[in-house]
Amino acid sequence: MGTDLNLKVKHLTRVEGHGNIVVNMKDGTLEKARLEIVEAPRYFEAMLKGRSFHEAAIITSRICGICSLGHQITSLKTTEAALGLEVSEQTVLLRKLCIHGATMQSNILHAYFLAAPDFLNVGSVFPLVGTHPEVVKRALRMKRLANDIGDVVSGRAVHPITPVPGGFTSIPSAGALRELKRRLTEDMYPDLLATVETLKSLAGAIPQFTRETEYISLRSDDEYALYDGDICSTDTGRVSDTEYLRMTNEFVVPHSTSKHCKVNRSSYMVGALARWNNNHDKLGDLAHTAASELGLTPNCYNPYMNTIAQVVEAADCAIDSIRIIDKLLADGLKDEQPNQEPTKFGSGVGATEVPRGILYHEYTYDNKGRIAKANCIIPTGQNLANVDDDMHKLVPEICDQSPEAITLQLEMLVRAYDPCISCSVHLLDVEFVNR
Amino acid sequence: MTDKPRVGIFDFTGCEGCELNQLNFEDQLLDILAHVDIVEWREAMDEKAPEYDIAFVEGSLSTPDCITRINDIRRRAKVLVALGACAVQGGINGMKNTQPIEEVRQEVYGDDKYLFPTLPALALHEVVKVDYNVRGCPMTQIEFLKLFTALVMGKQPIEPDHAVCVDCKLKENECLYERGMICLGPVTRAGCEAQCPSVGQYCTGCRGLVSDPNLKGMEEILVQHGLSVDEAWKRLELYNANDLEGVR
Ligand code: SF4
Ligand code: SF4
Repeated sequence: MGTDLNLKVKHLTRVEGHGNIVVNMKDGTLEKARLEIVEAPRYFEAMLKGRSFHEAAIITSRICGICSLGHQITSLKTTEAALGLEVSEQTVLLRKLCIHGATMQSNILHAYFLAAPDFLNVGSVFPLVGTHPEVVKRALRMKRLANDIGDVVSGRAVHPITPVPGGFTSIPSAGALRELKRRLTEDMYPDLLATVETLKSLAGAIPQFTRETEYISLRSDDEYALYDGDICSTDTGRVSDTEYLRMTNEFVVPHSTSKHCKVNRSSYMVGALARWNNNHDKLGDLAHTAASELGLTPNCYNPYMNTIAQVVEAADCAIDSIRIIDKLLADGLKDEQPNQEPTKFGSGVGATEVPRGILYHEYTYDNKGRIAKANCIIPTGQNLANVDDDMHKLVPEICDQSPEAITLQLEMLVRAYDPCISCSVHLLDVEFVNR
Repeated sequence: MTDKPRVGIFDFTGCEGCELNQLNFEDQLLDILAHVDIVEWREAMDEKAPEYDIAFVEGSLSTPDCITRINDIRRRAKVLVALGACAVQGGINGMKNTQPIEEVRQEVYGDDKYLFPTLPALALHEVVKVDYNVRGCPMTQIEFLKLFTALVMGKQPIEPDHAVCVDCKLKENECLYERGMICLGPVTRAGCEAQCPSVGQYCTGCRGLVSDPNLKGMEEILVQHGLSVDEAWKRLELYNANDLEGVR
């Protein structure tokens, strides 16, 4: 007789937002293996309707606290594209610096606070305060610095204040930037090396599972694409970001309040691992050293390695932040006012790599600068079909293990994607039809 | 207190930004943990607990399940604190209440709208008794630390009820109206040290209204500075749609 399995993890912990894992196997045949999204919907598209272009980013940043900077920057780029607002080179540099801060903050939070407890067999980071105080203090120090970049450049790390359409309402001082550079060099750099050492000692606990899928991220000729670029698929190559609808294809599934996506296969993956697979050639030396120490090689098909790819990226963000600060200081900081005089009223698309993958916004403005139509496509939503496909391959491979071991590996799988469920259900609520 | 207070942290419909702001006390986090036992926090840990001395609650209530859960938390909590605009006054979520619910569902679901139940987004105090508020979007960190310290030391926390303008003047900021911008500081409750006007951004009203706001006067000022009457109220409703319902 084949295996029977009936697993349900309700309100999975250590992820942003509310989701359940459900697995059903009968006599060796897998009937169900999926991540159910049960977060309450918030109707952001409806909230945006009729709002001034000044408010769009303030509202969309509240889709998700942890991704707030990503939503804000994407929203600003979208509004600027729709209203024909040019921004200065200094604005772009400051925005890139904010994105580095937010990416470091989010990736470090995920690796240390949300994923690491699994590797150390504890339920949360809190017991580690007693058993691994140095590691916890280091994690807090790194997070603090990443947040301070947000505080210094954007006024506040969670729901930034100063980035507005056309620029910034205030510019950081040269002294504050110099201090950030000092801490990046003196604190962050050694802390990153120590992080790699710590992770190396835990890497044996990363499950060895692979499933090749389509990997989609932005790609740019100039740099490791985060702020902008073309949409790039490992299956079909590069297209412009204005083709985002064709590169996402949202569709409704009954078990999730968030829509799913697919392009060339039944699912695709976005996020740090997708960026690594598409853009590893654009990373700097420190990132490559970290990757080879941690066993991350180009074209990695193990989704559990997403956490490792996040740490590799955090290293690159730290180094590139120093480069940006040097450039800003060498060019001399200019006290510019944001450019808020629209040259047209129409539609615009914005695409940014946020920690969990590509984020798309599209708005249409009426001739008074009010939003007539809005659409947001969120990284976690794009990953959901891929998570389900992973589970379908994984469960039969491990079904002879204990239910506890299976549950742990499934939870770790979902956490590896660092899902942001708050984000993914900005839109839809679907009743469960089969429960 | 001899025993450490048992603290639970809960989230409803919101962005988890307020919770995240708690993890962002990197410098104080270890001290905070020395003074309390965090017994339940889904976003950060696996464990669950039967009762709490203090429950911190983020987010608005917007589904039938939310109402059941908040009643349950209230029963098990000695003190319940609302964290952030969504929980205190409905916040951003309240905007969906300003449009007829049928229209909102039509906008989002099209023809499938009858499949999907929803409720107007409610502030916590509209359903259960709330003992204290930490306002802001995200909740103001300095206010959280003050309240937290007061509760742990068994003191009565103080909630400010003057306008953001008062704090803004104390900081000697140039008023944004002088710069041709608009600002909701005159009707918004202080406690954030005028964080936004201090870096050149207008106050969006995230901390809620003072208890006796001069809304007619606010409307006039906004209209004098270039907004239409309708736009003026839309700006005011951004965070305060629930409190302004029927006021205009
Ligand atoms: S008050 Fe603001 S920061 Fe807090 S949960 Fe609501 S939207 Fe997020
Ligand atoms: S900037 Fe805003 S908060 Fe400050 S004084 Fe002017 S109206 Fe008041």
